[in-house]
Formats: sequence, structure tokens, C-alpha cells
Amino acid sequence: MATAAHDLTSNPSAPLIADDGVPLKQKLARTTRRQRIRAFMLTVPLLAFLVITFVFPIGKMLVRSVNNPTVANVLPNFATAIQSWDETSSDYPDEAVFEAFVTDMQAARKVREIGKTVANVGVRVNYEIPGTGSLFKSASRKLAKVEEGPYKEVVLDLHKKWNNPLLWQTLKRVSNENTATFYVAALDRTYDIDGNVVAKKEELQIYVNIFWRTLWLSALITGICLVLAYPVSYLLSVLPLKTSNLLMIMVLLPFWTSLLVRTTAWIAILQSNGIINNILVWANVIGDDSRPQMIYNQTGTIIAMVHILLPFMVLPLFSVMKTIPPSYMRAARSMGGSWAYSFRRIYLPQTLPGVAAGTLLVFILAIGYYITPALVGGQDGLLISNLIAFHVRSSGNWSLAAALGTLLLVVILVLYWLYNKFIGVDNLKFG
Amino acid sequence: MSEKSAAETVSSNSAGDPLVRFVNVQKSYDGEVLVVKDLNLDVERGEFLTMLGPSGSGKTTCLMMLAGFEPATHGEIFLDNQPINNVAPHKRGIGMVFQNYALFPHMSVAENLAFPLEVRSMNSTDRKKRIDRALSMVQLDGFGHRRPAQLSGGQQQRVAVARALVFDPDLVLMDEPLGALDKNLREQMQYEIKHIHEQLGVTVVYVTHDQSEALTMSNRIAVFNDGVVQQLAPPADLYERPENAFVAQFIGENNRLQGVVEEINGDYCTVRVGDGTVIKALVVNIKSKGEQCTLSLRPERVYINPQAGGVENIVQAKVQELIYLGDHIRARMMVCGNDEFIVKVPNSADKSALQEGVEAPIGWLAADCRALAS
Repeated sequence: MATAAHDLTSNPSAPLIADDGVPLKQKLARTTRRQRIRAFMLTVPLLAFLVITFVFPIGKMLVRSVNNPTVANVLPNFATAIQSWDETSSDYPDEAVFEAFVTDMQAARKVREIGKTVANVGVRVNYEIPGTGSLFKSASRKLAKVEEGPYKEVVLDLHKKWNNPLLWQTLKRVSNENTATFYVAALDRTYDIDGNVVAKKEELQIYVNIFWRTLWLSALITGICLVLAYPVSYLLSVLPLKTSNLLMIMVLLPFWTSLLVRTTAWIAILQSNGIINNILVWANVIGDDSRPQMIYNQTGTIIAMVHILLPFMVLPLFSVMKTIPPSYMRAARSMGGSWAYSFRRIYLPQTLPGVAAGTLLVFILAIGYYITPALVGGQDGLLISNLIAFHVRSSGNWSLAAALGTLLLVVILVLYWLYNKFIGVDNLKFG
Repeated sequence: MSEKSAAETVSSNSAGDPLVRFVNVQKSYDGEVLVVKDLNLDVERGEFLTMLGPSGSGKTTCLMMLAGFEPATHGEIFLDNQPINNVAPHKRGIGMVFQNYALFPHMSVAENLAFPLEVRSMNSTDRKKRIDRALSMVQLDGFGHRRPAQLSGGQQQRVAVARALVFDPDLVLMDEPLGALDKNLREQMQYEIKHIHEQLGVTVVYVTHDQSEALTMSNRIAVFNDGVVQQLAPPADLYERPENAFVAQFIGENNRLQGVVEEINGDYCTVRVGDGTVIKALVVNIKSKGEQCTLSLRPERVYINPQAGGVENIVQAKVQELIYLGDHIRARMMVCGNDEFIVKVPNSADKSALQEGVEAPIGWLAADCRALAS
């Protein structure tokens, strides 16, 4: 004991040793181990829940965006054989590939398992070259009776569409189960005859435009929310507790109502024969035949989403403003700063953590919003998540949905990174 | 004695007209209760005037009205003979030190000090000179680049004082600026602020609820209670000659005996207290025989075992409790039926005479025992 104490004084830079000769750090770790295990155990249920229901399915979904085994599953021999074809040297693969195609098609006819039929191959190829979906079903019927070669002629004679080198190039591409084609499609691009990635025809371009629209509308909604929420939050932060609690309840009231109810309420209010238009017509502000369209377009999306997202802006702003004592503004004013100058130099900078948190929160929520634009957005109020939902629910092109989702995630991560770089995530205050 | 000298000090560096005048000022927040009732108060140039009072007495409200953050409900406030009721706070040119310093957390110390100078569009070389001078005045040379959060409480306090003075205001308001400091630091800062005041000759209006702080620093003290100035006097007067029961109780420690006036004889009177003892006391504001009155007596003016004839009043007291406080011993005694009677006994050789439960004669001068109307 005495020696340990002696060591301690003689060499201050040496690690501290406890009485029994064990380094103090180890000893501390040992004594706090139980606490740390306890703390970890407290998070285990949530962690398990998240991994099973969220992380794993999302991961699997994201894998779909670069992995689609449909063709390889249905036509396994053909999928392998066609990979050896060099599309730059000949327009069509050689006889062996066609033989594999015919035998695989014949084998696939007997399969009834959902997702592994010839029809699925048709759908998959149709994603790449629209109008080829029915080709495979009829081919399957016709090829059933073919027993000997030359297979190449038989297949190319099935239909004039088979006489298209681009079709065979596409078949080669989709036979490979790991593919970038869905990202190419998500960015409104496609492959030309030389295998280069080129822009789609203008009338077929949708996703990039909607991505931009989503970003722009989210930014606009965030801006409107900030402008509306800042003065209210300020008022809430300076009012006496009793009044501010009441006002706060009114701000949070939307949270207590179902999202669907709120959105449909906006439909009742804003539609052509809705409350606002009827009042304006009744008051002779507008004529009965010139009712403005306020819903099923961008305006409707903006109004309804601002209403729904406003509390997410108010809460962080309020929580930051609440911590700013009024004496700062008073001090600034007593030193000669006018109200506007003092506000700009003293108050505003101190609310920036709340502004940053609120805008980030609202923007990220807005960029992925689905139900409101789906109900009130019409055509030009649709956001990217509506297209993702369309591909998941209607078109069945899950891989494209996954690719779009991944792109959305990347956009958000990039924005978050920029945010962190310029404002600093440590400065954020959510509440 | 000190009333005259303090008044002279004040009048010597003023031309006779006060810097600040409150004229019939009233203030109500809710339209039902007056927080400040008819305040008339002059603050002389160069004076250190303290508004002292318990919380809720209206002292901070007066300061806020003077600074322009609260409008007066009635009456007029004059600054340098100009009515300022309708002058915005930033046009009043008053320096202010706040309770929690209100140093801007997102600015360095130098930027904090530069704020009032930038507002006045001073060029950067003059600004730097002023800031350096102000920082050296509060002994914080070289602290300009620090953030307020990197400073100790005492250092923050000094920066706040420097910031209030850096633009050379004629008047500085301080709202309980030392409230958040620990006792030693508070005492040290009291002296520093006092010295700065003496050096610069600036007029200071200081608000506090700490009477020792007020006594240490002020030229004059205005004791507030219930929205009314109870007494406005230099510190020594306030302590030695309180004019009413509230001031006597609020300033310093005080023993109170309730009684009825038996007889008034010029400056002195006799009062029969609770248990029938008759005590001779100084007349302060009692008017007539038979009136209820409060006798007020400082604990340090009571003598244990007084010599016969040395004091007018001698009574028997029973020691209830002794509390050892180092330089003196507080003895709680039963005197004339009041068992909260405190006597301060200097910690000298004869302290062994006092034991709990022992009876001893105690006495005091009639001049030290003030008869106040209750």
C-alpha cells in the first residue's frame, strides 16, 4: 500500500496502480462492468425489434435495387451461356446459347411457382424495353413443340421483335443477377445499341424531374414553416407559463388528429365546391365560374404539408427560445442597439440551433412524405415517395422502387453531411 | 454625522440638479395591484444609490422603468432634466449590469464589449483602445478572445461591469449583479465596484436585497417595502436611526419588544412592555401616551452585567441558547417575556460567565433603544 502510494508520487506520468497492483483503469472498468451490461440490456429489446423489423428488411430491400435474379432463376442455363457472347463482334449469340434458351423455356413452362415463370421474365425484360412483355408468353407456347435445331433460326423466326440485337443485349444484361439497370432507369437513362448509358426520350423522363420537384417543394414547405413558426415560437417562449401552455396545446392539436382526417379536411376546405371557394363566391370576391383550383395540385400539397409539419418546426424553436433569457435583448438595447439590430445580432444567432434542427427535421420529413401528396397532390403535386409507392404497390417493380428509395436516402445523407459541415450537428437542439 | 458628509460629497460634484428624478411614479402590471406606489426619488450626479428591499418590494420594477423596459403606469421619470417616458431604451444611453450578466454567449469578451461601440459607429482603433482600457479597469487584460462560458462567475461579472461602462454612460444601473457569486467573491466584487465608481465618478443605481452589500457600497440607500420608499438615507443613518419598524427590522439584526407608552418626556419616553417591566427609550415617531409601540434594540448594544448607573435600563435575562460564531457569541435570552431576544457577546475572556440556563442582569442605554410606532 505504501509502495503504491510512493510510486504514485514518484512518477506522475505512469498509469495509476490500485493498492492490489491492478491498474486503476482496469479496476474502474471492472467495477462499472455491471452498470454497462445493465445499460446495454435496457436497449436490447428495442435493438432486437429494430434489427428484425427494420434494419434487416430495409437492407434486403436495398439489395433488390442492385440484385434481380428473375431471369437467372427461370432460364438458368441460358443466363450462364449468354454471358460468353461478345455483343460487339456479332449481332446475335451463337447456336449453343439459343439451344439453352429453347430448352430452358421448355423447362420453365412446367413451373407454376409465383415469381419463377416465363411471364416474370417477360415483365423483367419489359422494364428495359417497353412492349416486349407478351413476347415471352407466346414464345413459350410456340417453342414447346420444337425438338431439334437449328434453334437460332427457330427463335428468330418467332416474331420480328426477336430480330433485334438490342433485345439480346438486354437479355444478356438482365441475365446477370447483379445489375445497375434499375439505377440507370431511376435516373431517367437507358442503354443504347452500343451499350452506352444515354438519356431516355424526353416524354419518358419522370424520376429526375420529380426528384427536383420533391427537393424544391420540401425546401419551400420548410421555408414557409420557418416563417410561420418563428414568431409563434417567440411568443410562446415569452408568454407566462399558463398562457403559453394553452397556446402550445393549440399548436400540438394537429398531432392529436389522424393524419388522414386532417388531409381530408383540407380537401373539404380547399376543393372547387369547398368552404373557401363557396365563401369567396358568396361574398362576390370571385365569380362562380372562376373558382381557383387550390387542391389536387402543388398548392394543395404545400398547404396541407405546411399544416402537418408546422409543429415539428415550432417545438425545436420553442425549446431553444425558452432557454434565451430576455435579459440578452435588454442588455443589447440598453447598450444602444435598436430592436431590429439587437434582434439580428443577439437574438437570431442564439436561436440558430433551433432553426437548424427545425429545418432539418421538417425538410427530411417533407422529402419522404407520401400520404398527403397522394391524396391532395393531383398530378403536379406528386412527390418521389408517391412514385416509390406506385412501383411497390402497382407496377410490382420492387427493384426500381428500391433504387429510387436508395437515391432518396443518398440525397438525404448528402444534405445531412452538408448540414453537419456548415452548421454542425452538435449545435442542433431538437427539444 | 455621516448623513452630512455623504450629502456634501454628493452635492460637491453636482450642480445641484439631480441626474434622475422619479416624480409621482406608479406602476401596476395587472391593473389591480400597485407594485410601485407614488415614488418620488432623486438620484444625484455621481452618487451610488442603492434600492434595497425584500423581493416583490418594487425595487427592480423601478430600475426597469428607468432603463425603459417597463413603462410607468403614472408619473414621469426625468433623466438629465428630460422626461424619458417615451424614449426607447436604446436611446437613453444608460449602462446596465444584469443579474445573470447577460453576456452574449456567441461572442467573445472583446466582441461583447465592442457591441455598444459598434452601435455608436466608433472606428476600430478607438474601439480597441476603449475595450483594452475597460478590460484593464476590471483587471482582465488579455481575456478579450475568450468566450463568456470559459470564464469563472467572478470574471463574467467583471466583463458585465466593463461592458456597461465601456461606452462612458453617465448612469449605470445594476440589478443584483452579485447575486450569483459565492460569499468571498461577492465581498471582493463589492469593493471593486465601489472603487470603480469612485474612480470614474459615474452615477450608479444599484438594486439588491442584501443589506450588507447596500451598507458597504452606497452613498445613499432607499429602503423599499410594499412599493413605497420606507427611508432614504446614508448607510450609517439607516442603521443607527431607522425611522420605522420595517427599516429597523430589515437593516441589521434587531430585538423587538412590544409595549404601551407610559409617559413622554421630551426626547425620551417610558414604555411598559409585555411582562410589566418599564423601559426608558428614545422617542422616534410616537405621538402620545397610551399608544402601542415597538422598542427596537440592536443586539450589539446590549451589555451583560452592566455597571449600576452606567445604563438607564437593567433587566434580568435568562440564557436560552448560546451559538458560537468565532468572533462573537450569540446568546438567545428570555428578556421581558420575549425569548427571541438576541445579545451579541464579544468573544473575550469573560465569556465563561454565560452558561445556558443561567440568569444574568443585562442592560442598555435609553439612546440605543428606539421607540417606534407600531
